[in-house]
Formats: sequence, C-alpha cells, structure tokens
Amino acid sequence: MAQSTQLHVVTGKGGTGKTTVAAALAMSLAGRGKKVLLCEVEGRQGIAQLFDVPPLPYEERRIAVGLGGGEVYALAIDPEAALLEYLAMYYRLGRAGKALDKFGIIDFATTIAPGVRDVLLTGKVYEAARRRTGGRFTYDAIIMDAPPTGRITRFLNVNSEVAGLAKVGPIRRQADSIMEMMRAPETRVHLVTVLEEMPVQETIDGIAELTSERLPVGHVILNLVRPSVLSEASQDALTSGSLAPASVGSVLAGVGLQRDADVAEALIAGGEAHLERQRLQDAQREILDGCGRPLVELPLLSDGIDLGALFELAEQLEGLR
Amino acid sequence: MTGKAHTSPSTRKGRTSPRGGTGGDGATGGRLDVDALLDDETTHIVVCCGSGGVGKTTTAAALALRAAEKGRSVCVLTIDPARRLAQSMGLTELDNTPRPVTGAALDGGSLDAMMLDMKRTFDEVVEQHATPEKAAQILANPFYVALSSSFAGTQEYMAMEKLGQLHATGRWDLIVVDTPPSRSALDFLDAPDRLSSMLDGRFIKLLLAPAKGPARLISAGFGIVTSALNKILGAQVLTDMQTFIAAFDTLFGGFRQRAEGTYALLQARGTAFVVVAAPEPAAMREASYFVERLAGEQMPLAGLVVNRVHESGADGITAVDAESAAQKLVDGSAGDARTTGELLTIHAERMRVTAREERLKRRFSAAHPGVPTVSVAALAGDVHDLDGLRRIGDLLAGADDA
Repeated sequence: MAQSTQLHVVTGKGGTGKTTVAAALAMSLAGRGKKVLLCEVEGRQGIAQLFDVPPLPYEERRIAVGLGGGEVYALAIDPEAALLEYLAMYYRLGRAGKALDKFGIIDFATTIAPGVRDVLLTGKVYEAARRRTGGRFTYDAIIMDAPPTGRITRFLNVNSEVAGLAKVGPIRRQADSIMEMMRAPETRVHLVTVLEEMPVQETIDGIAELTSERLPVGHVILNLVRPSVLSEASQDALTSGSLAPASVGSVLAGVGLQRDADVAEALIAGGEAHLERQRLQDAQREILDGCGRPLVELPLLSDGIDLGALFELAEQLEGLR
Repeated sequence: MTGKAHTSPSTRKGRTSPRGGTGGDGATGGRLDVDALLDDETTHIVVCCGSGGVGKTTTAAALALRAAEKGRSVCVLTIDPARRLAQSMGLTELDNTPRPVTGAALDGGSLDAMMLDMKRTFDEVVEQHATPEKAAQILANPFYVALSSSFAGTQEYMAMEKLGQLHATGRWDLIVVDTPPSRSALDFLDAPDRLSSMLDGRFIKLLLAPAKGPARLISAGFGIVTSALNKILGAQVLTDMQTFIAAFDTLFGGFRQRAEGTYALLQARGTAFVVVAAPEPAAMREASYFVERLAGEQMPLAGLVVNRVHESGADGITAVDAESAAQKLVDGSAGDARTTGELLTIHAERMRVTAREERLKRRFSAAHPGVPTVSVAALAGDVHDLDGLRRIGDLLAGADDA
C-alpha cells in the first residue's frame, strides 16, 4: 500500500511560468473531483497573486473549488514555522524550542545551516503527503511549486545535502524518509519550459540530473507556445520575399484599412518575425521530442493569466495524473 | 538580515535620484540614457539585477561590450550564462579568472569576461587568509564543504566577494556584474549582513565557548540548547560545526570587514544599479520591490530596463479593426489577400500584447515616478554572439521608448 499520496513537483527555469502551470494542474485535478494541496516553498506568494486572494499564511486554506466536488487548498511553506512545528511535533520542545529561538538557532537553522532549510520545506510536504483523515489520505494529490530547474535536483535530493553533515541521528532519518517519498511511484517531477534555446537546454540537463539521482521525471510542459498563424502559401511568400508591400497595401485598402507603404511593410516585418519565431519553436520542440518524456503544450494567452485562463490551461493538462 | 539600520526615511529620497539619466521630464523619470551612463568615467561598477529569466546576463554582457567598444577597459562578471552566450564570449574555461573576449571591435578599450565559480572563490578566500595548515583543516571539514557549496547565500556572497576582488586590482575602470538568480532577487544585498549576523550570533559564540577553553560558567540555557541540538542533529554534527567554527574563528574578522567593504562599495558614487525586468506581472512586481529596496538601502539606482517588449510599426491599425478585417480576408480568399489576412491576425495579437505590456509599464512608472526606464524590443531569435549583443546594446541605447 502506498505510504504517501500522489505528489506532483513542478519545476522550470525562471520566467517559464511554473507557478502558473502548478496552479493550472491543481485546477485540472480539482476539476476531476480531487482534493488537492498546492504548496509554494520560495516565499514569493505567487499562488495568492494568481488566485487573487490575500497572501497565504502558514496554514492550509481553500482557495478554489473545482467541478465535481474537487477543491484546491493552498499553503505557503515557511521554513521557520515548519521548524517550530517540527520541534513541537516530534520533540515536544516547548521550553527548549523557545530557548533555541532566543539563541538565534532558528534563524541559523533556517537560513545558514546547509541543507536544513530544504529538509524543512520538503519535510512539510512529506508530512502533508502522509497525513490521513478517516483511513484515507487527506489529499488526493499534492502539487509543489518547486525551486527552478537549476536547483531542483539539489533541492529534492535532501539526503545527499544532509548526508555529508549528519551521518546518523533524527535529521538524517527524516531526510531518508523524505527521499523515499521523492522516489516513490506516486511522485513525479514535471519540468516547465518555453520553446527557447536556453530553457530547453536547461530542461534536458535537468532531466539527466534528476534521472541520475533516481528521481522520477513526469511530463515536460511546453508553456507559452505561440500558435502558428501562417498558411504554407503565406510562409512561402514571406520566405521567398515575393510578397509585395504594394499588393498588401491594396488588400488593406479593399477592407478599408490604412494602406501606406510603411504600414504594409510593418505588417510584412511582423509576419517575418512570427515565422522566424515559429521556426525556432519548431527546432526546440524537435529537440524535446527526443528527450524521452511525454510532452504537453500550453498556448500563449495574449490577455495574460487570470482565473479564467487557469481553467483554460487546466483543460490542456488532463493527461497528467 | 537584521541589525544595521540602513534605512533612514529622511535620506531615502535624495538617493533615489538616478545617475546617468537624461533630464527627461521629472514626472516620469524619462528615458534611461545608457550611453551617458557608460560614457561617464566616474561609473566604475554597474550591477544588473532582477528576477530569473528576464535577460539579466544578456543585458550585462551587452552593456559591457558596448562600454568596451566605446574605449573603456571593462570586465563583466557573469553568474550563469547560457552555454552559447558563454562560448561567444570565450567563457569556455572555468578557471574563475577574467579572460579577454576576442572579436570585440576595440578602439583603445578592452573587454574581459569571467564566470563565477562559487566554491572556488570561497576556497581561495580561505587559502589566502589562513595558514596552509589551518586552510587544509577548514577545507576538509564536512560543515565547510556543505556551507561552501550549498548555503543559500553563498553564491550571492561570493559574487560580491569576487566583485570586491576585481575592483581592488584596479585593472578595469568599469566592472559590470550580473547577479545570481536568487529565490529572492535581493539575496545578494542581504548576504553581507547575513554573514555578519551569523558570525556575531550568540549561537556561534556559544559553540565557540567550549573550544575557547578554560572552564567557564555555561548558562542553563546552553545546556538545554546543546541537548536539544544533539537530539535533533546528532552529536557528530555539533562536533563538526564546533571544529569548523573554531578553525574559522580567526578568519571571521576579515570576512566581516570585507563584507562591509563590498556593501559600502555598492553604495558609493561610481556604482550604478540597473534593474532588469520583462513586461510580465511577476517580473515587474519583482522590479518594483527591487527599486524600493535599493532606495531603502541607499543604493544608487540608474534605472529600469524592460526587456522583450513587443511593438508594432503598424500601430495605426487597432487590434479590433485588424481582427475583423482578418476574418473577412482569411475566409474564402487566396493569394495575397489571404496572406494579408494572416498578417493582420498576427498584428492584432501583437497589439493586444503591446497594450498589456504598456499597462504594466504605466503602472510601474506611476508607482515609481523617479525611475528612468528603457524598453528593449523582443528579438525574434536568441542572442548568442557578439553581433547579437551589439544589437541589444543599440536597442538599450537608442530605442525610442520611455
């Protein structure tokens, strides 16, 4: 029997929209009737901003309701609060807990002591993933808006962080159990990328790193994909340079729009740039096709991201379970 | 993090006044005049900061190249450049020293580039400031190994350490720094303080107490604390930490002094911060936070660079008009009519994006009226050679936007 509930870890290079994807995945699972916990670990309050709710406290709060009875709870994990909670829970350190704070140890442990911060952040997720209510897991799934791709393996691999430091003892035991959950069949690490050279390269590197640490890689999510607008005939015309500004101008005049040469040329330049980006996108997609992981595409929404957009993106993520 | 009161509301205001900005109209802060900033011979350090994925490294490299080609002697310190960008600057060797960039059109100027190796920088500091015997002891300590390769602030601190070192050599008259992609983009400002607060912390003093010998009165509190720590961490961890701190003790003073020195260098005349953002809500929010924080810390802000901004040369046609015309043209026509329809669809989309980006920029300048800003148009392709950097440099200096 599973020791912990489903865990989706969502990572991605900065600027690729991993928080948005994590939130959309939460909405998608809630749309299928599931009770989901969406966690953030970097203190950025990105979830609160997406869902347009006040900053999240260190407390599981319901922020959205899905169709079919699903719910999304959210939690901003704060390492200090997690440490105090951990001390109280496992050591009943009432008085000593306060003494630790007085001596600056809480601050030390959460900001300076190597690895401890990450053990605390993942430790809270571990606790929530194993928690049961009335004989079954409290949550059907937990989604973690995790640190960026460049740091993800180190972040999840708390064991090796702590291993150099603590060879025995409770922190070590805690790290071992967290590692077990990270490598469990219920866990997957999804990588979010945009179809540009650097993020794609980071994604490929990230998959290799995760795999070599036996961390389970799930989907690669291609975010902000620009749909192709140009038909093949138009692409040919733009590539060969056979499209005359004058001809575009007369078409524009025919539909009652401005027909100056400048305008026609600007439209053609816009088309050429679009085409160039499409080709770059295609080339990067081809690279990812060979990465050995299933791909999911999310379109670029020109109006930006709001709750409605999250529902729209959530539909595209139905293949993730 | 704690302690030093850098923030003083009374002095805040004057320091936000930007360096290197054109007069512009006072209300909006005007356009960030990049050339004036780079031409100004009193500008010795430019720090590019902003959240991850906004093009900080590219901006830093483009500024450095432009300054070098203007005849200045420049070093660019990057943290984590894209592979091909690194290659284009000759950054293939990771030896933690600046190397000349070949291919720059230099007219009396020079350009060196380096990529930060965090652990190596830390090791070098230890080696330089401790006896060989003690250095070996520190470098082998498990606590040091973990601290130097993973402490949340090490990269930030080491970037600042390296900046201080490069500056001290006096070899360059301009150093451009890219900052690490931190969980909070401002971690590097906190790093010196955090280090100080760690070194001054009572906890460290307590750990040192037994090593410093003669039997002294240990407070009852300490007994509880050590026993709690032993329970949680295991006795071996505490011993490692004590050994490390005892060995490191003599270096503390030097470390703190250097941290404070670098901090002062950042505040000094001759330093200019350039906040880099992309026209996305999260990145602009981070930029706002950044600008406020820099003002609070009395760090000299030159202005804001908004990268990857979309614009259209056909802005006489509105999104709505373009869309309805496109619909007519794409359905049931062929040839140039159909193509024009598709071009109008692309244009409509572009106008929508532009409008959203404009809103974000307006919101920023309403909240931060004194900050000069420059927008850099999105290029269709990636930048990975010196020509690309030159193009970005031109856009930074000449784009007709505010």
